[in-house]
Formats: sequence, C-alpha cells, structure tokens
Amino acid sequence: MRQSRWDALIARQPALFALILLVLSLVINFILQPNMFARETLNSNMRVFLPIILMAVGQAIVILGGGIDISVGSIVSIVNTVLATRVGLDGSPEKMWQYVFLSLLIGLLAGAINGFFISSLRLQPIITTYATSFLYAGFALFILPNPGGGIPADIASFYRNSTPLNLPLAFYVIALILLIWWYLSSTRYGKFLYAVGGKAEAAYETAVPVTRTQFMTYVISGFMAALSGIAITMLSGSGNADIGGPMTLNSITAVVIGGNALSGGIGGVAGPVMGAITLGIIQNIISFASIDTWWETFVKAAIIVVALAAPGIVNLFRRRA
Amino acid sequence: MKRISISPPVAALLLAVILFLLSGLLPNGFGSDLDVARAQATNILRLAVFLGVIAAGQTLVIISGSEGIDLSAGSVVTLTAILTYILVNGIDARVVPALLVALAVGALVGLINGVGITFLKISPFVMTLGMSGVVTGAIIVITHGSVTGKVAPLMTRLIARPLSPALQIPNAIIIWILFGIFMWLLLERTTFGRNLFAIGVNRITARLSGVNVNGINLLTYSLAGALAGFGGFLLVGNTGVVHLQLGQPFLFPSIAAVAVGGTLLSGGKGSYWGTMAGAIVLTLITSLLTTMQMPDSVRRMVLGGTLLILISIYGRQRSLRQ
Repeated sequence: MRQSRWDALIARQPALFALILLVLSLVINFILQPNMFARETLNSNMRVFLPIILMAVGQAIVILGGGIDISVGSIVSIVNTVLATRVGLDGSPEKMWQYVFLSLLIGLLAGAINGFFISSLRLQPIITTYATSFLYAGFALFILPNPGGGIPADIASFYRNSTPLNLPLAFYVIALILLIWWYLSSTRYGKFLYAVGGKAEAAYETAVPVTRTQFMTYVISGFMAALSGIAITMLSGSGNADIGGPMTLNSITAVVIGGNALSGGIGGVAGPVMGAITLGIIQNIISFASIDTWWETFVKAAIIVVALAAPGIVNLFRRRA
Repeated sequence: MKRISISPPVAALLLAVILFLLSGLLPNGFGSDLDVARAQATNILRLAVFLGVIAAGQTLVIISGSEGIDLSAGSVVTLTAILTYILVNGIDARVVPALLVALAVGALVGLINGVGITFLKISPFVMTLGMSGVVTGAIIVITHGSVTGKVAPLMTRLIARPLSPALQIPNAIIIWILFGIFMWLLLERTTFGRNLFAIGVNRITARLSGVNVNGINLLTYSLAGALAGFGGFLLVGNTGVVHLQLGQPFLFPSIAAVAVGGTLLSGGKGSYWGTMAGAIVLTLITSLLTTMQMPDSVRRMVLGGTLLILISIYGRQRSLRQ
C-alpha cells in the first residue's frame, strides 16, 4: 500500500494531530469565551490544567517504555494528604518546603516500588499498578480519613496568582519540562526508552539495559505524580484522600490524544502536554455549553471514550480508503 | 526445581478454612460454639455469592487474554440493580422482565466494550475504565440522584430466604451452585469455551486454526456484561435497597478473586471453580477485617497487598532471556 503524504507526516510527527486538536478546541473555546487570552482568564485556566499536564508527562514516559501506570492518581492522593495534614493551614514556608521535599521522595519511592515489581519481577504493568493504586489509595485514606486540613493561604495564592512577565506560572513549568525532555531524548537513556518500548526482547538482545530502563520510567512517573500532587494541593489549598483517583484516566487519555501509541515506542512528551491542555479546554467548552448538570458526568465520560477511540476510528477508515 | 503441586482452587479453599478457623479465635469470634460457627459460615458463603457471580464475567474476560479485564463491572452492577429496583417496583409479575432488562443492559455495555477493544484496538483496561465513567454518568442521568422503587416479595423469597425452615441454607447459595455448574458447562463443554481458552493462549495460532477471534472476543465482553447485570439483579434482591455506590466495592475484589482462584492474569488458563474459591477467601478476609473493626483504609491496603502478592506468585511473565 502506498503511503499518502499525510500518513508519512503523521508517522514522523505524531504530535501534529494533537496540535490540530488543540488549535481546534482553542478556537471553539475562544468563540464561547472571547476574553480567554486575557491574563487573568489564561492563568486561571492554566493553573487548573497544570496538575494533569505534569501527570501526563510521567504517564507518557511510562507508556513510551511499553508500560502503563495506574497508580499515579493514588500517589497524588498520598502527597495531597501528607501536605494537608503535616503542613497545616498555619504552617511556615520552611515547613512547606520540607514536606514538598518529602513528597517528592514519596513519589520516587512509590514509583520505585512499581518499577521493582514490573521490571525485576516481570509482572504485568497494568495489574501491578492497579494493585499498588489500591495500596497507595488506602494509605492516603489512612493518613486523612475525612477531607480536611490544608496549606497556608499565602502559599496557595502564590501558586494561583503568580504571573511573571504577565505569563502564567504554568507556562514556565511546561517550558522547563520540554527543555528537560529535549535534552533527555538526546541522551542514551532516551534512545534506550524508545528501543524498550518498541520491542523489549529485541532491545535486550542488542544489549539495551531493559530492566533498568523500565524501572526508571516508573520512578520518573512517580516523581511527576508527586509534582502533580504538590500542584493540585496548592491549587485546592486543602486535603482530600480521593482527589487523585479520577485523574489517572485523564492522564492516559491525554497521552493517547497526544499521539503516543499505547503499545509503546511511538510519540514524545510535547504531544501529551498538548493532549492534557486539550482535555482541559474540552471541559471548559462543556461548562460553557450549559449542559444540564445531571448530564455532565455522562458527557465528560463519553468524550473521554471517544477521544480514546479516535486513533482507532481514524485507522479503521484509512484501511478502508 | 520441583514445584509443590497443589492446584490453586484447592489451595484457596484450604486458605479459606484456615482463615475461618482462625477467625473463631478472635475476641468476638465464635469460639467453641458450633451453632454460631455454622451460622457465620453460612453468612460468609451467602455474602460470597454476589462477589462470585460478579467475578464470573471477570473470569471470562481474563481467560480471553491480551490483558483482558472488565473495570466497568462495578458500575454495571449498580446500573442494573437500580433498573431492577425501579422496574420491579414491588410487583412479582415484573421480576422476569426486569431480569431480562438487567441482562440486556449489561450485555449492551459489554458489547460496546468489546467493539472498542476488538475493532478500535483500545486496551481493555482503558476502554472498560472509560465505559465505567459513562455508565456512572448514565446512572446519574436516570436517577437524578434519588431512586424510587421496591423489590418484589418474590425476589426476596427466591434470593434472600432459605428454601425451607428445616434447611437453613439461603437460596442465594443454591443459585450460586447451579450458576457454578452453568459456568463449568460453558467453559469446559461448549465450543465457545474451547475457543475462549484458545484465544487466551495465543490469538495468532487460534486464528490460523480457524477460530473467529474477533467474534469470540465480542461475545466474551458481551457475556461478561450480561453476567455483571445478573449480579446486579441478585444483589438488589438480597439487599432490598439500592444506592449509587452499590457495585463499585465489588470491582477490585472481583479481579482479586479470579487471581486467587489460579486463573492466569495473562489469559488462557483458569476455571470458575477457582474463582468461586477466591470469592469465598476474599469475602472472608473482608469480613475478618470488618470484625476486627479495621477502617476502610486498612481494608483497601490489605486487598491491594493481597493482589500484589498473588500476582507475584502466579503472574510472572517470561523472562527476557528466554
């Protein structure tokens, strides 16, 4: 079969589809909300999107390496409950820093546990991280059985309201992540990651350290989930052990609309970042479309399923044509 | 290295017996009172019925391989329980139509799962998790947050009560035994069962030997949905009330029950007897933790840890060197 120019373009630039979707959803949102690029509105959107963006970046790296991480939402919950119970509403900034540091360690440890079971014991990624997601969610609930606690208001408002050079804080975080990814993908580890995600057995035979490469993807994902947990805690200012659970599927959806293959080895990080923003904008559009509140959950879930199905539907039609 | 050759279902049953005997030693356990012990055992079996039936569909999709799993089972149970509750509304004559609706709605959700997984190549975990959200949304649309209805006296008599006062075994347990025989026949004595194991072992060889892989996959997910629907029907018949979180607590245990019963999570090998034993073990663990007054958080951690240990025993993939 002759490859069309479009096919070749998509194959070389998997994120292009994500970019088109992003621009499309931005245009629709702009029509519904003409002031969306004003500094205040832009910032209030981006600060809400940032936790999912951070989580999607970690998820993207795990999926690139041929795995999947279902436990990210529960790691967010642990971080959120730790910060909300240990720092408290009247905690000092020093205390906040200490526990932010501890949160990052928790993320690394949780990721290392996942990585150990999956890469060293060779268990299936989906079922393993599903089991640990229950373990971690239980732990979060153990720390904070009922919603409550919080972090100091001025720290929360720093996250919510800082706009250096009139740009949302989230823009700087995203730029930093893309810069790190750009560097990482040029290193040996970056090459190993694509090799392992493409075909682990073949990678093993060509002396790629498969076990270590896979292990590191889960550690990175745990770390990004911890960052996501810190961000969402500063956004909400309070603690809730159930805060992370619903985020997991969104992070996977963001990676899929970002153009990465769920089977691994294809894609990058820029696509999933755009995918996460697109998801957030779709939620905006839903709330502007003034749908009956009773229908909101259904519509959101249906859009996620359709988004997940989109690459498959496109493939189905292309084969027919 | 010689492996200890004890089949997982038997091991699970032994574990259940040991756990049950140990539970008698707890401060508020049955101690040496045999009547209380028998009543407690019956009660645990009765509770295990619902988990066992919900885990039946899970067994089928897990045997079908290719990371098969059904995360929509919990919300399908809630949806069909609520539909049964609304449709029956206390009238005996409406029980059978309501059962058919429960089975059909479950099968429809399963069919959508199957289409997404088979033709759109979405991973089963992600597809069924997404559908779980859609079904939850549908429940909110249907109920608007509150449900009015009633179960029929016939359902209570057939499910919750014992067959006769002399025989103190609730009917639910008898239904489960019949259901177990049905599942055994389905898996071991039908073409569908043979093909299911075949696609679970290796889809390519199955296709080359003339098995309609896509058809079997679609049928498996539809059947799993219908069985979850049956679970919802039974559950509401037993509890007599519904709420919006009725089915969700059964989801994780349903997967763990299949794993405890020795069904390979990578597919191609397993049995429903194993799942039944697994359902008993998990119900026992849950009720033990409840008797020991452990909070929900500890229960979740124990369940998660149990599954993690089990897959470490049964779920290893081939080593890279092979």
